[in-house]
Amino acid sequence: MKVSEQWLREWVDPAASGAELAAQLTMAGLEVDRIEPAAPAFDRIVVGRVMDLVPHPQADRLRVATVDVGDTEPLQIVCGAPNVAIGLCAPTALIGAVLPGGLAIKKSRLRGIESRGMLCSAKELGLAETSEGLLPLPPDSRPGQNLRELLALDDVVIEIELTPNRGDCLGMEGIAREVAVLNRCEFRALPAAAVEPVLDATFPVTLLDPADCPRYVGRVIRDVDPTAETPLWMKERLRRAGLRSLGPLVDVTNYVMLELGQPMHAFDLNRLTGGIEVRRARPGDRLELLNGVVVELDAETLLIADQAGPLALAGIMGGEISSCTDVTRDVFLESAFFTPTSIAGRARRYGLQTDASYRFERGVDPQLQHRAAERATRLLLDIAGGQPGPIIEAVAPEFLPAESAIRLRPERVRLLLGLDIPAAEIEDILRRLGMAVAVEVHHWLVVPPSSRFDIRLEVDLIEEIARVHGYDRLPGNRSLTRLEMPPQSERQVALARFKEALVQRGFQEAITYSFVDPAFQAVLDPARQPLALTNPISADLAAMRTSLWPGLLKVLIHNQKRQQPRVRLFEHGLTFVPANDGLRQEPYLGGVLAGTALPEQWGLPKRAADFFDLKSDVEVLLALTGEPEAFTFVAAVHPALHPGQCARIERAGARVGWLGTLHPRVARELDVEGDAFVFELALAGLQTARVPTFHELSRFPASRRDIAIVVDEATSVQAVRDCIRQHGGELLRDVWLFDVYWGPGISDGRKSLALGLILQDFSRNLTDNVVEETVSGIIAGLAEQFGATLRV
Amino acid sequence: MDALSELLQTAQAAIAGAGDLATLDQARVLYLGKKGALTERLKELGRLPPEERRQAGQVINEAKQVLETALAARKTELEAAALDARLASEAIDVTLPGRGQRSGGHHPVSRTLARIEALFAQIGFTVVEGPEVEDDFHNFEALNIPAHHPARAMHDTFYFDAHTLLRTHTSPVQIRVMEQREPPVRIIAPGRVYRCDSDVTHSPMFHQVEGLLVDEAVSFADLKGVLDDFLRQFFERDLAVRFRPSYFPFTEPSAEVDIQCVICGGDGCRVCKHSGWLEILGCGMVHPAVFEQIGIDAERYTGYAFGMGVERLAMLRYGVNDLRLFFDNDLRFLRQFQ
Repeated sequence: MKVSEQWLREWVDPAASGAELAAQLTMAGLEVDRIEPAAPAFDRIVVGRVMDLVPHPQADRLRVATVDVGDTEPLQIVCGAPNVAIGLCAPTALIGAVLPGGLAIKKSRLRGIESRGMLCSAKELGLAETSEGLLPLPPDSRPGQNLRELLALDDVVIEIELTPNRGDCLGMEGIAREVAVLNRCEFRALPAAAVEPVLDATFPVTLLDPADCPRYVGRVIRDVDPTAETPLWMKERLRRAGLRSLGPLVDVTNYVMLELGQPMHAFDLNRLTGGIEVRRARPGDRLELLNGVVVELDAETLLIADQAGPLALAGIMGGEISSCTDVTRDVFLESAFFTPTSIAGRARRYGLQTDASYRFERGVDPQLQHRAAERATRLLLDIAGGQPGPIIEAVAPEFLPAESAIRLRPERVRLLLGLDIPAAEIEDILRRLGMAVAVEVHHWLVVPPSSRFDIRLEVDLIEEIARVHGYDRLPGNRSLTRLEMPPQSERQVALARFKEALVQRGFQEAITYSFVDPAFQAVLDPARQPLALTNPISADLAAMRTSLWPGLLKVLIHNQKRQQPRVRLFEHGLTFVPANDGLRQEPYLGGVLAGTALPEQWGLPKRAADFFDLKSDVEVLLALTGEPEAFTFVAAVHPALHPGQCARIERAGARVGWLGTLHPRVARELDVEGDAFVFELALAGLQTARVPTFHELSRFPASRRDIAIVVDEATSVQAVRDCIRQHGGELLRDVWLFDVYWGPGISDGRKSLALGLILQDFSRNLTDNVVEETVSGIIAGLAEQFGATLRV
Repeated sequence: MDALSELLQTAQAAIAGAGDLATLDQARVLYLGKKGALTERLKELGRLPPEERRQAGQVINEAKQVLETALAARKTELEAAALDARLASEAIDVTLPGRGQRSGGHHPVSRTLARIEALFAQIGFTVVEGPEVEDDFHNFEALNIPAHHPARAMHDTFYFDAHTLLRTHTSPVQIRVMEQREPPVRIIAPGRVYRCDSDVTHSPMFHQVEGLLVDEAVSFADLKGVLDDFLRQFFERDLAVRFRPSYFPFTEPSAEVDIQCVICGGDGCRVCKHSGWLEILGCGMVHPAVFEQIGIDAERYTGYAFGMGVERLAMLRYGVNDLRLFFDNDLRFLRQFQ
């Protein structure tokens, strides 16, 4: 809502300056977005009247005007505007003037003829986006008068961004009431002047859908002058509010809308057939709108129609067929109340957002229609003449919003605001807001004005009181809260610990969109059908991710393309997997690794990262559960991963994630450079932890024995370790692998594993005999299970 | 006796002249070894007449002690020199970088979230999370935003079907929490939210933190106090904070909270659109219609709720000037927040 300060001050004129007014409005919930001058800061532009006009001897398109600019001598000005004519009054820039575009007016010669000024268009003065020819000023303007004075341009436009609840402030009257309340001063309402009918002409109106349109006020006005000019003051007010002047009939309806907040429409009476019906659209109904678009109408849509068919989208936009033109002589004025629910959402469905729908959606005062019709009649008669008929009204009172009294308790005001506002101030605020306040024994009964759709409950009144009293004058309180200690389970590992571990190991956290390119994702996860958005922002953000890998790999590619070959990234977030029992939205932690194992540095050989680099990162995460031994890596197959370098991660036999090398074919298809390694872990499987329990320390020395065994290539180290643990019994404290060897001395298809064993007892020193016996048992077990031989 | 003095002098010179431990040891052997010159002299004592033996012996032993002392002193000197030489040869360039992995970093949005969570945790708020694919009821209806409410126009919503959508705010978590527990409730709900809007200042996905406190006799003053504290602590500055009336369907009274511009200090700049103020979060007292939806007695309980945009806080805190950088995940950007 754009508010001219000048216009506002005609209604209410507090001592506060323009800037102070704007600040007051903002702090009262009517947020001022910007304050702009009503016109650029030009000067030395006056009214000029063209006294004489002759063709330019050297240029067909130019003419030489003699312009009266008041007390000085008439000026000779060369002009190229098509509408320049003898007798025309137009803005005239005198020598020394600087136009908003920066053009400085000097004495000059145009094709050999001296020109001592410039006749201006609205565009040249920064008063319009476009213009055709000179800005015509009223013929009775006084030559020499400063244009700023004539058009009252020393004004500012306050642009207010209204919240959806404040439909009442979509007219000057509503804003003026707010300003009056905030300054505790009076405001001058428009004179309630009924225009006596001089004709008895009416036009029938039937409400076929009274729930959606419970009130429709209309009036016939005959014999208006369609060629009348909208007065300059009205044009200027429309312009400052952001509306174009479109002739007096439309201008008057728009003006009343700006003034009172009531959207109106003017039909060409002679283009209407039979009578007005306000009804829902019927099958096959279609309508050409004022903007030239033809819309097919659905049964949800409320229409203004006549016997011949649809005339207008009720409360949204008029139709071409019944609109006023420059030959319209007889007018039917519409001033209706459409319920917000009947308009809400409809305009957008037709891709429209109009000044009318914007207001009706938010709620127009249901008591306003009559007054608005009278006001529009008055203005129209003043501007374009004509003879009014009586006001007609079709109304279904049972569907009009009911007036009801709201109980307001002082103790609730105190409780909710944490402040005791004196009763007198509360009553004063409410009354100034136009509410009827009845004082009862322990409370008030408050009836809000019909314009305040948003006030229905006690809390709504409390907000009004707080708002007008001033939010900044309400106290801030460091409250005493309950000292209840929320549970903090040690069986749960905080996500932050996993993230921190990855960060310490060189990973950078990424946050990627939860919706991904479905084609990209299908390469990685072809089996699962992702959840698809019906209105994606673009085709490459159209499906919900089923895995964190699509997002992470996109980031990998982004960085590889920006000379960042070494990438270690992780992300945590939900994945969205449709399942038979509904959508699974589960938190995952995933990562990607590419490039060298370590940052390039001195003293260490440069080595490309591999599966086991990422595996060690994953193992660190698993260890945070306090029971890394519960997890196993099982060789498996995943469509995105290298078939020989892919592990399913299980916890106690249940899958919790995947680790592997990106399949080279997938990498090529997605445009990933070189090898990439990825992991993904379900946080649900990771976050439950074991609470540590203490084990007695042995007081006896431990013995270390190293063994080197040769087994088949296909034998997994996991199986070997399991076998050693099984045969090592209670004495075996620890076992670890410290070398794997292929090559000379080992036959093809076999490999050598070197393992360290720690043996220890709790009750005695171990003798060599006992150690040898245990190790022999282990070796025998390995020989039996895997055909392992000792390497010599 | 002259011969002995001479021997002593020669030996002393040899000890003093020894340049390393090996040479020194050679000198020791030469004079004090089993067949050393001085040892030989002692052996020869037996050949002297008994009356001379005692005095001659004393003289030789004195000489021997002198030499032993000199040897020990020289040895200490040489050892110290050898250690110095070794240390000198072992000097390294301590400015060479340390070896191994370098640490990574948290995303600036995570970092900001962690900071917000930590501040609220100190005063007893617990963190809860909710689904991102939401239903119409939790995202809108239960929050007093019925179909066709103009407020829906402000939420450009991503849909899956008529009832399923991507949450447009973290406020549905309020509903989910209150559905599950009786007051008192004191939670914050951080997470991703989605709006069907993408340009320089809008991302189709961003983060919010929702806060909710419901108890007996909670007032707007409590809300003012907690947010005032939060904003000052978050920015670690004694900022001016102002509450402005606003409108959210699920709170009444509602407020927008502005802080004094952290870029210009309130003088007016491009970031604050020359107003000196930055809109930072929305809040209000829980609307009775919301309580009613869940079956909480709005006469007995009152509560406040607030919601803030995490990216905006991160941008202001760290001076990031382009929202899109957060989701490009360019390593050169991410590494700035280690």
